[in-house]
Order: sequence, then structure tokens, then C-alpha cells
Amino acid sequence: MKLGNIKVALVGNPNAGKSTLFNALTGLRQKTGNFPGVTVEKKSGTFKLPGQNGQQETAAIIVDLPGTYSIYPKSRDETVVMDILANPAHPDFPDVVVVVADASNLQRNLLLFTEISDLGLPCVLALNMLDVATSMNLTVNAVQLAMKLNVPVVRINARTGEGLSGLKEAVRQMAERVDKPALAYFYEPKGNEIQLIADVKRMYALDNDYVALQYVCQHDNFSFLETPARVALDKLIEKHDFDENGFLAAETVARYEKIKPIVSKSVKSAGITEQPYWTRKLDSVLLHPFWGYVTFAAVLILIFQAIFSWATYPSDLLDAGIAATIEWTKGILPEGFLNDLITDGIMAGLGGILVFIPPIAILFALVSILEESGYMARVMVIMDKLMRKFGLNGRSVVPLISGVACAVPAIMTTRSISSRYERLLTILVTPLMSCSARLPIYTILIALVVPPTKVLGVLNVQGLVLFGLYSLGLIGALATAWILSLFIPRKEPGYFMLEMPSYKLPRWGHVAFTMYDSVKSFVFEAGKVIMAISIILWVLSSYGPGDEMEKAEAAVTSSMPQASEEQVNAAISSVRLEHSYAGHFGHFIEPVIKPLGYDWKIGIALLASFAAREVFVGTMATIYSISGDFEDVPTVKERLIKEKNPETGGAMFTPAVCYSLLIFYVFAMMCMSTIAVVQRETHGWKWPLIQLAYLMVLAYVSAFVVYQVMS
Amino acid sequence: MSARTVSHLRKGEKGVIKSFTDRGMSLKLLEMGCLPGCEVRLDAIAPFGDPICINVGGSYCLSLRLNEAAVIELE
Ligand SMILES: Nc1nc2c(ncn2[C@@H]2O[C@H](COP(=O)(O)OP(=O)(O)OP(=O)(O)O)[C@@H](O)[C@H]2O)c(=O)[nH]1
Ligand SMILES: [Mg+2]
Repeated sequence: MKLGNIKVALVGNPNAGKSTLFNALTGLRQKTGNFPGVTVEKKSGTFKLPGQNGQQETAAIIVDLPGTYSIYPKSRDETVVMDILANPAHPDFPDVVVVVADASNLQRNLLLFTEISDLGLPCVLALNMLDVATSMNLTVNAVQLAMKLNVPVVRINARTGEGLSGLKEAVRQMAERVDKPALAYFYEPKGNEIQLIADVKRMYALDNDYVALQYVCQHDNFSFLETPARVALDKLIEKHDFDENGFLAAETVARYEKIKPIVSKSVKSAGITEQPYWTRKLDSVLLHPFWGYVTFAAVLILIFQAIFSWATYPSDLLDAGIAATIEWTKGILPEGFLNDLITDGIMAGLGGILVFIPPIAILFALVSILEESGYMARVMVIMDKLMRKFGLNGRSVVPLISGVACAVPAIMTTRSISSRYERLLTILVTPLMSCSARLPIYTILIALVVPPTKVLGVLNVQGLVLFGLYSLGLIGALATAWILSLFIPRKEPGYFMLEMPSYKLPRWGHVAFTMYDSVKSFVFEAGKVIMAISIILWVLSSYGPGDEMEKAEAAVTSSMPQASEEQVNAAISSVRLEHSYAGHFGHFIEPVIKPLGYDWKIGIALLASFAAREVFVGTMATIYSISGDFEDVPTVKERLIKEKNPETGGAMFTPAVCYSLLIFYVFAMMCMSTIAVVQRETHGWKWPLIQLAYLMVLAYVSAFVVYQVMS
Repeated sequence: MSARTVSHLRKGEKGVIKSFTDRGMSLKLLEMGCLPGCEVRLDAIAPFGDPICINVGGSYCLSLRLNEAAVIELE
């Protein structure tokens, strides 16, 4: 038996339930979803293997891998699998591979199993989705299957956790096995393959025929092979006149010839095999040429109504609560520097975003329900034709929809798009989808200029405007994709081919966790940035170069001899801000943003929000609580309403300014994390910089047009 | 007349796969379980007539574009 931790890898077809099994074994929360291509990179965790007759438990390391239909990768995410399995020196190279098979479609799932088995890796076959198989009138005889395939077969239900102890036991036994029985290959090489395999085995000291064949077919994907090795392999291919494409098809057909009789022996069908009843019924509506679109539109409108109507009550309560807390803190802390920093700086900044917890939680919950139910795959189908017109792919719908939550994970999901061209376009336009960080900005500004009236009795006008902004983002994304597609040459045709999973009831615990997790990361991740920025901003706005601030203060005091103390105080804090470092920054960029209708205060918030958009509202809150001197602490919205435009004397936040800001934030790419993830996914700075530039130009020009037309 | 392919099927109509006309696509289709001799049925057509969803051998539903379906010749 091997020393140290046992390493296990989870391999299987897309959507077979690997990540669900991973979560059940490790207690971690790897993302799952009911459509193919959810997992796009490897993820490790640990779990305990039972000890034999009373011995100590042993720890095992397990990696969850992206799903694949075969070991020949077709998209970026799938390359990870063979990179690990073909390289014994890889740190994740497994001692035991658990092949997770969807029992409702066993024949196809076994193709991958036979390939993994031929690589000489110790396997355990986990039969999952047996409940789905049952609803399709299928019964699987695991014992029969184990005998025919010569592998331990375990029946599990990854969702409920049934059969996990049996699986652990099988893994432990496989890992402890000392004798290595001779491998009975499922695929037997023919013709020139035999000599080629012999040559490769000798050259690279390999002992497995099928691994040698993989060196031949896949060496360009293997990151562990150096260039000379690749060149040598190309020479061998030439020498033996090996036709790779012909071989791949012949191999696959030959494997199915082996699998078919085994499946027909071990899977019994009572009556006609059909997709589960509800899946057929739902699909007849949701994929309907007309009703399919109607339901999709209804689903989207429901989401926006939910964000606006349902979230208002808890948000308003939070808002009032935060204002009260700040006031209370102001009262109990001794007056002075620290009091101001904590209340006007940190608490005002944080409070500005905490009120957005309810809508963000609702948004994440709804997106998670779309993903878990299986509806997402249908949306990909009904949108494919439309997406194709813009150079995208039906699969681009997933990043675009999850981009409404956050662009960073959304851009990662593009790895399952097989065409590099379509993937690149999708990456470039995903940041145009309005993410949850824009929601605070939208909400506040909409509340300022749009009355909360209802049309047709139910539809909230504010909700409709919000819907309009999100649509604008989508239209922008599609139009940009189309324009980019005119400039970026397309090298290979894209394809769609998507398996439709059966509908599944979302797991409510899972949805609740997604909600909790999104709120947690929103509060902590955004909170950290906002806290840091609030402090910096507070310092920058409380101090100025030299004694400029004091001079300005003295000038104001002497110019207002008649005014009440309150008026003088308000005027003082305002000029102090103006002459602080932050004020200087604001004034510095004011000429640039003036045509959009913004003053230097908005300029400060705009600059700060380059770190992350969430910061905008928090910064506004900080700036206005510093510059105003209020008797009792107002909510952020009240502060904005009270703000006066010094030039006109009217309200600062006129409809023209608000709409101009709204449009600016629909298009502007103001998020360091997005830039970083695009850099990582496209392997360079070229695309993120192009993206940053065109989005900024787009944002500036559109905001300019809106302001000039409206004012 | 060219051979009948999956893209010619009408809704609810069945056919048996004979062969593929495109090499690159045939491998992907084979891996996804579309084998010669396998029965397919057209289950759904998306808005604008493309993509389509076919039921493969009663075991699962595969969605593909019309140009992909045109690669699959029927008996
Ligand atoms: N009915 C049923 N559903 C299951 C079972 N196991 C997993 N699921 C569901 O199947 C869906 C897919 O599960 P995932 O774990 O995301 O699948 P995956 O294999 O990781 O998929 P990829 O990452 O896309 O390769 C989820 O909605 C699960 O809730 C099962 O035994 N029975
Ligand atoms: Mg997964």
C-alpha cells in the first residue's frame, strides 16, 4: 500500500453529478448546476476513508474535474483532465479514479470509462442518477455490470448522499490493492498502430499501450511535454503514416461495439424508454417556438420585479437602521477626530452599500434557481440562433446571465465554449451585462428621479426602468459583439451540440447557501475595499495642502457675519472639502466630466469607483456626510436629494445628471477584478486593455449624449 | 437527390442514423452517443427553426444546429 494521502480524481460526463458528489464527500461548496459545463477548472478537497476492522481512518485528497465525453478535449476546460491523467508526475495524479456515470444514459457514459480504464488507472465506477433512470423505466444491474467491466461498481445518489460509505470502501480497497492484474484493454490496436505504439513506448519508457497512443494523438495538449518531444512524436506519426482523425472515429466506434452488449445485458427497460414525464411536458412549452420566448421574457421580468418590489421593504428598514446606528455612535463616542473617522468615514461608506444586501441576495438566489432547475440549458437553445447573428454561441447565454450577478465567475464559465473565437467575443462583451455591483448605483439614482408609481396595477415603474437599464447592457453587449466580429477574423466554425438535462427540482438548501455566500462575499470583499477607500478618502478630504483649508474656512466665517451658526458650519464643511486633497483631485478631473453634467464631488466618487463600482455609493455617502453638517443623520438618499448645485442653486441631482450617470455605469468597465480575470483568461494584456478602452469611450460618449439631450 | 439527413426530419418524425458526412463533427457526435444504427426522433424546434432537439435512442435529448444535423445521414 502506498504511503501518505490517497489521491482520488472525479471523472465523468458533463452533468453526471461529479461536483455534487465532491460536495457530499468533502463538505465543501463547489458550484453545481443542472447543465453541462458547470465546472471549468479542477478543485481539490479532502475526505476521510474508513479504516479496515477498527483501524484509524485515513485522509484522502479528492479533485473534482470538468466533465468530458471522452479523453479527447474539445474545449479549454476539458484539457485539464488529460493533463493530469496522462502525467504520473503531476501532483494531482490519482491513485484511484472514480468515474461518475449517469445511469440514465449508461452506454454513452461508459465510453469515457473504457478510455480511463485503458489508460491503466485503477478505477471505481459510481452509478449516479439512478432515480432519473428509474423514472425512465430503466433498471441497472450493478453486479452484472461489475463482472462484465471488471471494475468495482457502486450505486450512489450524489444528491441525497446514499451509497457514499460503499463508495469510500471501494476506493479504499482499490487504493490498498497490492497486485496489479494484467490490463484487459477495451480497445485493441490494429494495423500500423501496433508498431507505432511499440516505438512510442520504447522512446518514452511507457508501459501502457493506450497512454502511448495518447502521446501520439494529444501531445500538443500535454503541458508536461517539451518541444523536442513533440517534434519527435510528429516524426514518428509521419514515419508510420498514421491517420489521426480516422483512428479517433474508428476507436470510438470499436469501443461502442464492446460496450453495447454489456449495456444490453445489465440495463433492463420496462416498456418504452423515454425522458422523464415532466421533462417532456415542460419542454413542449419552454422550447416552443412562441411560448418559449414568452416564458423567457416573463421569467426575466419577474426577476426585476422581485429585485425591486420584494427587496424594497428589507432595504428601507436596513437604511433607517443604519442611519440610526450612525447617529447613536456619534452620540456615545467622544467628539473629535476618531468619532468623525468612524461615523463619517467608515460607517457612512459601509452603510451606503449594506442596504443592498436584500436585492443582491434575491438576484443570486434567482440565478441559482435558473441554473439548478435545468432551464438554463433551454435558454441556451432558444437563444442560439439569435446569439449566432452576433458572432456568439448559445452557450454564451450562461456567462451573460451569470454576468448579472458578477462578471468574474461569468468570464470563467466561458471556458466551456469550444470555439476560441466565440469564447473571446463572449469574454469581451460579458462586462457589459449589469452586475450586482451596479445595482446600488441604479437603485439610488432611479429612486431619485423615477416616481414609485405602478402601471397596469402591478408593474412598478422603477422596476421597469431598471429592466430598461439591464436591457441596455444586453443590447450593448450584443451590438459590441457584432461590431467586434467584423474586426476579429474567425478561424474555425463554432458548434453547439448540447445535451439537454432532465429538469430537477432545485435544492433549496443549496439556493439558500448561494444567497448566504453571495451576501457574505459582497459584505466582506466589497466591505474591505470600501473600508480602505473610505479611510483614504476621509483622510484626503479632511486634510489639504498647506493651510489652504484653514484660510478658506476663515474667509467663509468672516464673509457670513449675519448667518446662524448652523449655516456657517454647513458652509465651512463644504469649503473645507473643496480645499482638501480630495477636493483638489475632484477639481482636477472636473473639466473632463463637466460635459457629462458631473461636478467635482461626483468626480471624486467616480475616481474612487475605479477600484470597484460598489464604492461609488459608499463614497458619495462619505463625501456628503463630510461636506454637510446635519442635525440628525439622514439616509444616503436624503443626502443626495438635499444636495444643491452651486451654479444653478437648484437640485444637483437633476434627471439629466442622474440618467447620464446611469448610462455611464451601464457601459463603463470599472472593476479591477474583471480586468484581472480577462487578463488571465486571454493570457495577455492586449484584450483587457482594448476592452477597457472601448468600454470607457462608449460610456463617456453615451453619458455625454444623454446629458446634452436632456438638459 | 441528396441523402436524407436529420435536418430534414419533421417534428415527431423518426429516423435511423446511417453515416456522417463531416469528419470533425462525426467524432463529436459519436462521443455524444449518436451511433450508426441508432434511432433518433425530432422532439423540438427552437424559435426561428434552429437549433433542433433530437431524442437519441430514447436515452437522452441532444440539441444541435441545423448545419450540424445536416451532417447526420439517415437510412
Ligand atoms: N436526480 C438526481 N440529480 C442529481 C444526482 N446527482 C446530482 N444531481 C443533480 O445533477 C445536476 C448536475 O450536478 P453537478 O454535480 O453540477 O454535475 P457535474 O458532473 O459536476 O457537471 P459538470 O461540472 O458540468 O461536468 C445538479 O443539478 C445536481 O443536483 C442524482 O443522483 N439524482
Ligand atoms: Mg461539476
